[in-house]
This record gives sequence, structure tokens and C-alpha cells, in this order.
Amino acid sequence: MSLEILLAAIAVLLLSGVASLIVRRSPGAATFVAVSGALLACLMGLVAAVIVLSGGGYDYLEWAWSIPGGSFALGVDALSAVFLIILFFVSIPVCLFGVPYLRTYGSRQNLGAAWFFTCLLIASMAMVVLARNAVLFLVSWELMSVSSFFLVTFEKGKPEARSASLIYLVAAHIGAALLLVLFLLLGRDGSLDFDQFSVAGNAGLLFILCLLGFGSKAGFVPMHVWLPEAHPAAPSHISALMSGVMIKMGIYGIFRTITFLGNPQPWWGWLLLGIGVTSGTLGVLFALAQHDVKRLLAYHSVENIGIIAMGLGLGLLGLSYGSLPIAVLGFGGAIFHVVNHALFKGLLFLSAGAMAHTTGTREMDKLGGLLKRMPWTASLFLVGSVAICGLPPLNGFASEFLVYMAGLYGSTGTIGGTAVAGLVGMSSLALIGGLAIACFTKVFGVVFLGEPRSVNAGDVHDASPTMTVSMMILGAACLAVGLLAPFAVKALIPVIAIIAHTPLGIAREAVTRATAPLYTVTSVSLILVGVILAAVLLRSMLLRGRIVRTAGTWDCGYAAPSARMQYTAPSFVLPITGLFNRVLKTRRHRERPDGLFPTAAAIETHTPDIFQERLFRPILAGTERLLGVFRWLQHGNVHIYVLYILITLLVLMFWKMR
Amino acid sequence: MQEAVNAIVALMILANFLLLGTGSLRAAIRIVAIQGLALGLLPLLVHEKGLTLRLAIIAVLVILLKGIIIPRVLMKGLRELNTGRGITYYVGPVASLLIGILVMGSSLWWGYLLPLPDQPGYRLAIPMVFFTIISGLFLIVTRRQALMQIIGYLVLENGIYAFGVFFAQSESMLIEIGILLDVFVGVFIMGVMVFHISREFDSIEAGQLSTLKDWFRERRKSTETESPS
Amino acid sequence: MSTIVLSSLHIVLPLLAAPLLPGIINRTKAILAGRRGQPVLQGYFDLLKLVRKGAVYSRTTTWLFRAGPIVNLVTIAMGLLLVPFGGSKALFGFDGDLILFAYLLGLGRFFVVAAALDTGSSFEGMGASREVTFSMLAEPTLFIGLFALSRLSGSMSLSGILYSTGVTGWSVGAPVLVSGAFFMIYLSENARIPVDDPATHLELTMIHEVMVLDHGGPDFALVSYGAALKLWLLGMLLVGVFSPNLAEAPLWFREGYALLGMFVLSVGVGVVESLMARVRLLKVPQLLIGAGALSVLAVILVLE
Repeated sequence: MSLEILLAAIAVLLLSGVASLIVRRSPGAATFVAVSGALLACLMGLVAAVIVLSGGGYDYLEWAWSIPGGSFALGVDALSAVFLIILFFVSIPVCLFGVPYLRTYGSRQNLGAAWFFTCLLIASMAMVVLARNAVLFLVSWELMSVSSFFLVTFEKGKPEARSASLIYLVAAHIGAALLLVLFLLLGRDGSLDFDQFSVAGNAGLLFILCLLGFGSKAGFVPMHVWLPEAHPAAPSHISALMSGVMIKMGIYGIFRTITFLGNPQPWWGWLLLGIGVTSGTLGVLFALAQHDVKRLLAYHSVENIGIIAMGLGLGLLGLSYGSLPIAVLGFGGAIFHVVNHALFKGLLFLSAGAMAHTTGTREMDKLGGLLKRMPWTASLFLVGSVAICGLPPLNGFASEFLVYMAGLYGSTGTIGGTAVAGLVGMSSLALIGGLAIACFTKVFGVVFLGEPRSVNAGDVHDASPTMTVSMMILGAACLAVGLLAPFAVKALIPVIAIIAHTPLGIAREAVTRATAPLYTVTSVSLILVGVILAAVLLRSMLLRGRIVRTAGTWDCGYAAPSARMQYTAPSFVLPITGLFNRVLKTRRHRERPDGLFPTAAAIETHTPDIFQERLFRPILAGTERLLGVFRWLQHGNVHIYVLYILITLLVLMFWKMR
Repeated sequence: MQEAVNAIVALMILANFLLLGTGSLRAAIRIVAIQGLALGLLPLLVHEKGLTLRLAIIAVLVILLKGIIIPRVLMKGLRELNTGRGITYYVGPVASLLIGILVMGSSLWWGYLLPLPDQPGYRLAIPMVFFTIISGLFLIVTRRQALMQIIGYLVLENGIYAFGVFFAQSESMLIEIGILLDVFVGVFIMGVMVFHISREFDSIEAGQLSTLKDWFRERRKSTETESPS
Repeated sequence: MSTIVLSSLHIVLPLLAAPLLPGIINRTKAILAGRRGQPVLQGYFDLLKLVRKGAVYSRTTTWLFRAGPIVNLVTIAMGLLLVPFGGSKALFGFDGDLILFAYLLGLGRFFVVAAALDTGSSFEGMGASREVTFSMLAEPTLFIGLFALSRLSGSMSLSGILYSTGVTGWSVGAPVLVSGAFFMIYLSENARIPVDDPATHLELTMIHEVMVLDHGGPDFALVSYGAALKLWLLGMLLVGVFSPNLAEAPLWFREGYALLGMFVLSVGVGVVESLMARVRLLKVPQLLIGAGALSVLAVILVLE
């Protein structure tokens, strides 16, 4: 039954997308048709997915179709349901936010097309999660990549949007090509239906293919290079959808493939843990060095995907070394962090979008003082920042706590086994946590606190009510999931059982035992909130009747302070970027002050992605040189190209039919 | 029935020769429309099991698309583009006709080597198919205007479709519809291309596209010189 | 029942006694410098004076500036729920409480730093920048050390880890190394010499003090009280690591050991501050990474 509702939701999405394309001449009508359809579909899908997760079990549908390789097979189990829930839940505020966000583009751009692709993106992601046949999966996967590609190119006029979309398209298709190989190997027995897959002894190779293919979508280092290009180029609500949900489809793929591969070997876990540690630390380090808010957030997606991979790696190690608590904690932390990251990263992208929309810039050092001018947007960004730093009482802490616990359980393991893994996991999580706090105090402090650094940032109003409401939905979800974490984890037990190949009963017992501390965490969090509220009350009572004045900030006696003398983003993180300069390779362009009365001086820093500069650019340049040999074939004349075909055809005809 | 089929086959061959020889865009569009109509009738006559709903639908679709819609679109385009009505050539009509005769000869030879397995009656069918396909490609190569290339593509596709009619009678409807969709999209994209060429270069000669050669590399060079950072 | 009462007392006690610690440190420094020095109770007098004042706020600031000291103080106070005192279980001791402990401090730090940036002052920005850098370096050290102790004691809760390593632990040597590492963290997090000098008068060289330049009146009372409480909280952690196994000891001995430990620790800080100078800021990361090395060494000893 739930599967039928989900299919209906997908149909509604597609129909409203097409309808919006039809009425594209009127931007208002196109928006209305698409958004109302999408909201309806999301609510339907959400209901169905919740039914499945809360015990509706497994639903399967199979139709014959005339494409070779199995049947048109769809299914929804707990694992699919979790991803459907985050997809449909995040899509609701995303669509709402898009209404006022895109309105200003209405006169220049085709909004019907934008909404069509948005609906198509949501529908194709739902299909990816539901597909139980490799052909169907790959078609949906491709639709997802293509529709998001068109959304990245939405602002066609900007050169960076064009180059970003090109990088994205190439990355997506390299990944898709590897997935094709993966599925062909899995389906060697003739049928490409998921339930007919056989591993046939080369599970290791399949695992590597799965990591490369899905990892390029998820954004594992070094395959993350498309993320910091594509996310800033796309409209902000689409960035939220892409970063919050779409890159998670890569994680879904890894989860799903693991269920085909049977019992894991230890090196899988080690590899994934290594990828997680690398992605996590490098992601947050590169984020620190960015000046563009959305680019920074994109790098933080790399970091969080790293944390998810660490959880997954610890879980696999737990399975292969026979420690059920580590397995369920690792997998549980990974899947829970998938949910949480979707919520807070969605929130962060939306509020960054609202901020950039109003001020017209994403350059941090041109902003400042927005907490006064955009109180709602700023406060909600603060909520997202606290959540993404993994601080209690919000949701980020709950899932990182589970991954930490998986590491801590490792302390009882052997050296060759889980002990070193646990230590590596814990210490890198701690480092990532410290860096994340540095990074988000930087963003929040520079963008929203202090005085405005440019005229643009000084003269603005808060985001429109629709935008605010959509951000509030996600902010409230962050708080609710944070405080209700034990219950959220309880709901995830069937998912953990699927990934860990464990019977539901055993998994339930293990998860319940291992995550019992979450109840205490929740009570401490509640006390924390209560005491803070009490302290606020106490403080305001203390100040009642006293003299409260305002004055300028302490300036050490300096005569004429200006807003441009505030600490900037690069100077705030300089001690850290200096420590890690060997990795970051920040470039500085300096104009030193000279003379007795220097008039002008400037410093500009720029941190390009080291993997793009040192790894992909040489490879691509080499490929281009290699293929340059064939350049003479390219005349640019259509006639000649067709002549090639004609000649080939005739030669073949005469050769074969002598 | 067999006579009717053979007549249509002959009509298609004749249409190919006419296309190779004509000098007017308008006439070329009319001829390709007639070829399309003839092609639409073909499955109704070839299939001896009688008229099924499936065949009827396909025939109606083909006639509508190839005989009516696409030619009308092309005519409309011709009027709107407001360029010359005459075809311009790399290889002139006389030489084209001579080459056409050579190709027809080769096609008869190939048809002799590759007879239809279950329908010995249609001796001209396979040669017609080869001739149509190669004529289409030949038109694409030797005519300068992008509009003639659309026509060449249509002719090429007519040949493929005719082959399907004679050879694979049991093929599924899905593939036939797929081919139709293919044609439609192909013509659509080419139409857009023609429109853009005429807007950018004030002519509809596809040869102008060669100015776009190495577009990406040129562009990168120019951006590199603009911003040295 | 009595354990709950005892645990609750262990929360009330620091809340009341924490302002003593800066007094003890300052008195030690004064005596070593040959002065008589301020009364030990000076901390209380300062707090009383500040609480009775009005407030002056910078025009640039927002509600966040006012929230900073409160959140910081409350998170430190919540830490008291998790850290055991003298070998009895903490009120909220559970598996993994050490993670919550570290992240509560992180939450407090987030708000202190944000409040500093809220003033728009470049001095406070400078202090905030140093604060996040040094605590970022301290965090992995803390977790690696706790991991080692957790393996040694077989427990995953602070209440089980602290006061439990005992004789076998001492013979391994890991707790000593971890104590050394944690002492560095203790000094750095509490802004003491050699990382930061609480007595300096030059904004450019400060870390913690510069972040609270604009706080005054009751807000500054919250800041000072929070700093004293943090001295106590991290001191409890350090005393707990540097301790014999107290599980079998009588109650008076456990309580006495912990109280004496806090006293000795404060005197020790005073001695260190008298004997050493603040190191250059550029050297601080080396110091903290050195502490990290101690922790790693401890883990290696434990893992073999």
C-alpha cells in the first residue's frame, strides 16, 4: 500500500513539473502549480515512508517491461524509507523557500523550467531509492544527475556557473560509468534485478567500484572537487537539496551495495575509515580557508560525509571483528548523521541563501552586523552552526555521539582489531569538532556579528516571511531531533538491522543497550536548556532598576575606529591555516605599505582546491595533450563529419559483401 | 498486394532520385513529404496477416509525422528564415544523379547478396533500403544548407524504417515508437540549430559552424589573457 | 539514596567553593614574590561588587553578547554533573559521558567566542581567534588521553575512569603521562601561564582576558565566576587522573584526597606562574602538540 502512495507522489511530482513547464509564460502560475504539487507529493510521500519505517515492513512491486535485464522492480524497506523521509521532509522547506527566492529572477529566467527540474530532481531521487533493478536504478540516477545539472546552470549568464556545471557533469558521469560496471558485475547471472544479484567471489573488487562510483556522488576526498564548484553556483534552495539530500544518495548506494556483498572483510572497514578521516579533516580545513559562505558550506558537506564514512567504516570493522555494539553504533551513527546533516545543512544553505539574496554578496568580508538587521535569518543560521559543530543540545551532537561511542567501545578491542580504529576515529572526530567550531565561529562572527563592512550589508531587511518559515521548519527539526534523539534512534533500528545483516530482534537488543546513554544525554540537555533559561531570567532580574547604558566598543584609545578595522575571516583563521599550510597551500598576494606615510596596502588570500590543482588538472591536461593528436579530424564542418560516417559505411558494405 | 508494395518501393526510389536532382528547397520538402506518406502506407500493405490496431496506429503516426507535421514545420521554417529558395551544393545535381545511379547499382548487388529470408516477392525492397540510406547520407554531406541536412536525415531515417517494415515484422511496438520519437527529437534539435545558425550568421549554411571549431580552447585562451591571476 | 545526596553535595560544593581557587593561586604567587597579597576570599568580594553594579554595553552588540557569559557558565556547571569527585559516582555518570563533557565545554566556548566577535573589536577578534586555535589543538589530546584511561580501567564513563587506575595503572605509567598532558590542557583552557597570562595589561598579548574586555557589571561577574568554576571542573578531572585506586578507601579518605588535590593543584599553578614566563604565542601550538604526544605515548603503553 505504501508503495502505491509513493508512486502516486512521484506521479504528482512529474505532473506538476510538466504543468509548470506548460504555463511557463506566467512565472507566478508556473511557481504555484509546481510548488503546490510538490508540497502535496512530499506530504503523501512522507506519510507513506513513515508508515514503512514504523513497522509497515517490506513492500515490493514487479512489472514486466520490454527492456532486457529483469523487470520493472520497485521496493521500499526501512533503509529506503529513511532516505525518503529526509528527501520529502527537506523538500518541503526547499520548495517554500524557492518561491520568494526565484521571484526576482522571474523576468529574466524561465521559472517553469527551473521548477520542472526541481520536481524532476525530487522524483528521480525517490525513484533511486525505490528502484530494485539496476537498469531502473541507473536511469533514475542519471535523471537525478541531469536534472540537478540543469539547476546548477540556472544562472547561465555567470561564467562560473557554466564552468561549475561542466565539472559537475563530468564528475557525475565518471561516477555513473563506474556504477554501470559495478551492476554488470553484480548481475552476471543474467538478471539485473537486485534480488538476483550474486557476488561470485570478487566482493573486494565490487566494494572498490562501489566506493568509487557512489563516492564521487557523495563527495569523498579526492572525488569531492565538483562539490565546492556546483553548490555555490546553484540557487540556494537547490544547494540545500543537493547538499542535504542528493549527495546522500551516494551514501544510500553504498549502504545498499553492502547489503549485496555479504560478510565484510576487515580491510573494507579500514579503507572506509581512512576515507572518512581524510574527507572529514581535509573538508573542514578547506572550509576554514574559504571566503565564500556557500563554498565553505560545500566543503563542510565533504567533512560531514567524512563523519558518515567514519561511522560506516567503524561499523564494518565491528562486523568483521565480531563486535556487535561497535557495528550497530557505527552504522547507527552513520545513518543518523545522514538524517541530521540533511536537516542542519539544509538550514544552513537556506539561511546563507536568504542572507546572500538580501545583501547581494556571499563574500564574508563584505558583510557583518547582520544579526541586528536580519535577526531571524541570523538566529536560524546560529542554530544550524551549533548543530553542525556537533554541540549539545542539537541534533548534530546526537549522531556524532554514536560514532564516538563506536570508537570508545573499540578501547576494549585488540590492537590489530578495533582498538586502533576506535582511537583513530575518536581523535580525528575531536580534531574535526575543534576545527568546525573555529570555522563556524568565523562564519557567524564575521557575517552576522560586529559592524557591517560594506554599504550593502548595512542597509538590508530580514528575509521574507515564507523564507523565514521554511528555515524555521528545519531549525525546529534540528532542535526536536536533538532532544528526542533516543526515540529517533529507536526508529532507526530496522535500518541498522538491514545494514548490519542482523536479525531484527538481536539488532534491537544491541542498539537498545548500546544507545541507552542517549536517554541520559537527553536529560542533561533538557536540564541545560532549563538552567540557561533560568539564568537568563535571573540576569534580567538582577539588572532591573539598575543603570544600563550603551557606549562604543572599547578601542584601546584609538581615535577613529572604522568598521573595516574589524577582524576579518582570513585573519581569524590565520593561526590555524598557518599550522596546516602544508596541506592548504594558501596563496597570498600582498601590496606592502611603504614610505613614511603609507597610503595603500592590500592583502588577498586564495585557497584553491589542492586536489583539483595537483591531481585532476594534470590528468586532464595530459589527456587533452594525448587526444590533441586527433585534432586534425575535427574540422568543425558537419558535412565532413557525415562524410566520415558515409565512407565508413560504404567501406564496411564493400568489404563484407564481396 | 504485392503489386502495390512494389509500386511504393519504386516510388521511394524515384523520390530519392528526384531529391538528388532537384534544385529547389521547396520541392525537396514536398518530395520528402511524399516519401513519408508512401512509407506510412507500407506496413499496412506488407503485413499480410491483416490490419491490426497496432499497425493502424503506427501507420497513422508515421503519416502524420513524416507526411504532414515535419514537412509543414520545414515549410514554415523556410518562409520565416527568408533566405534563398535554391539549394546550394558541394556536389552539383548532375554529378549527384550519376553517383546516385552508381549507388543504386551497388544496392542491387547487395540486395542480391542479402535477400529477404521470408518474402521473396519483394525483390527491390532491400536495394531500395540501401539506396535510401546512402542517399540520405549523401544529401547530408553534399548540400550546404542546414535545412537540406534535415531532409537528408529524414531520408536516411526513412530507409531505416523501411528496413524495419520488411525485415522485422515481429518487432515490438516500443521500438517503432522509439524510432518515431527519435526522428521527432532529431528534427526538433536540428530545427533549433538551423534557427540559431541563421540568427548568428545570417545564413543557413552549415559550413559556417566550422567557425565554432575549438570554441572551448579559444575561449579559455581569451579568458586566461583577460585575467592573469 | 545516600549516594545521590553525596553526588548532589559534590555539585553544591564547587558552586560555593570555586572562587576560592583563584584566591589560593594569587596568594601563592604573592607569597613566593615576597608580598602579603590579597585575601584568599578576594574572589567572593569581587563577585559581590560586580553583581551590584549596573551595565554598559557596546552599541555594536546584540543579545548574543549578553548570552555568551550565561551559556558559558551554565555549560561549565553542567560539567559538574558528569565529573566524579573523590571516587564517588557523579550524579549523571553514564557510558560516554566524557564525550558530552567535552562537547558541553565546546558549546560554552562557541558562545564566548561569538560574544567576543559581537563587539566588532579587533582585539577581541584576535583573542577569539587564538582561543579557537588552542582549544582545537587541545581537543584531540583530551580524547586520546581519555581513550587510554578508558582502556586501562575498562570503563567508558568518567565515573569509572577517574580514581580507578590504581597500582597496576601506575606501574604501566600511562596515567602519569596522561596527567602531564591534562595539566597542559588545564593550563591552556584556564588561560594560565605559560599559555596565557591573566595578569597582563597589554591587549595584544592576551587570549582569554581580551575576549571579555567589553563585559562589565553582572555580566563580568558571570564571566569571572565561570572562570573559577572551570578551574575547579578541570582540576577535578586532573586530580581524578592523578590518583590511586580509591574504590576500597573509606569515605573520609576519598573526600580528603580530592579536596587536598584541588588545594595542591592550585598551589602548584601558583608556583608554575611564579617560576615561568608566558611563552610566545607562536610556541603555544608546539606546547599543546607536545601534550598530545604525551597522550599518544600513553595510548601506546596501554595498547601493547
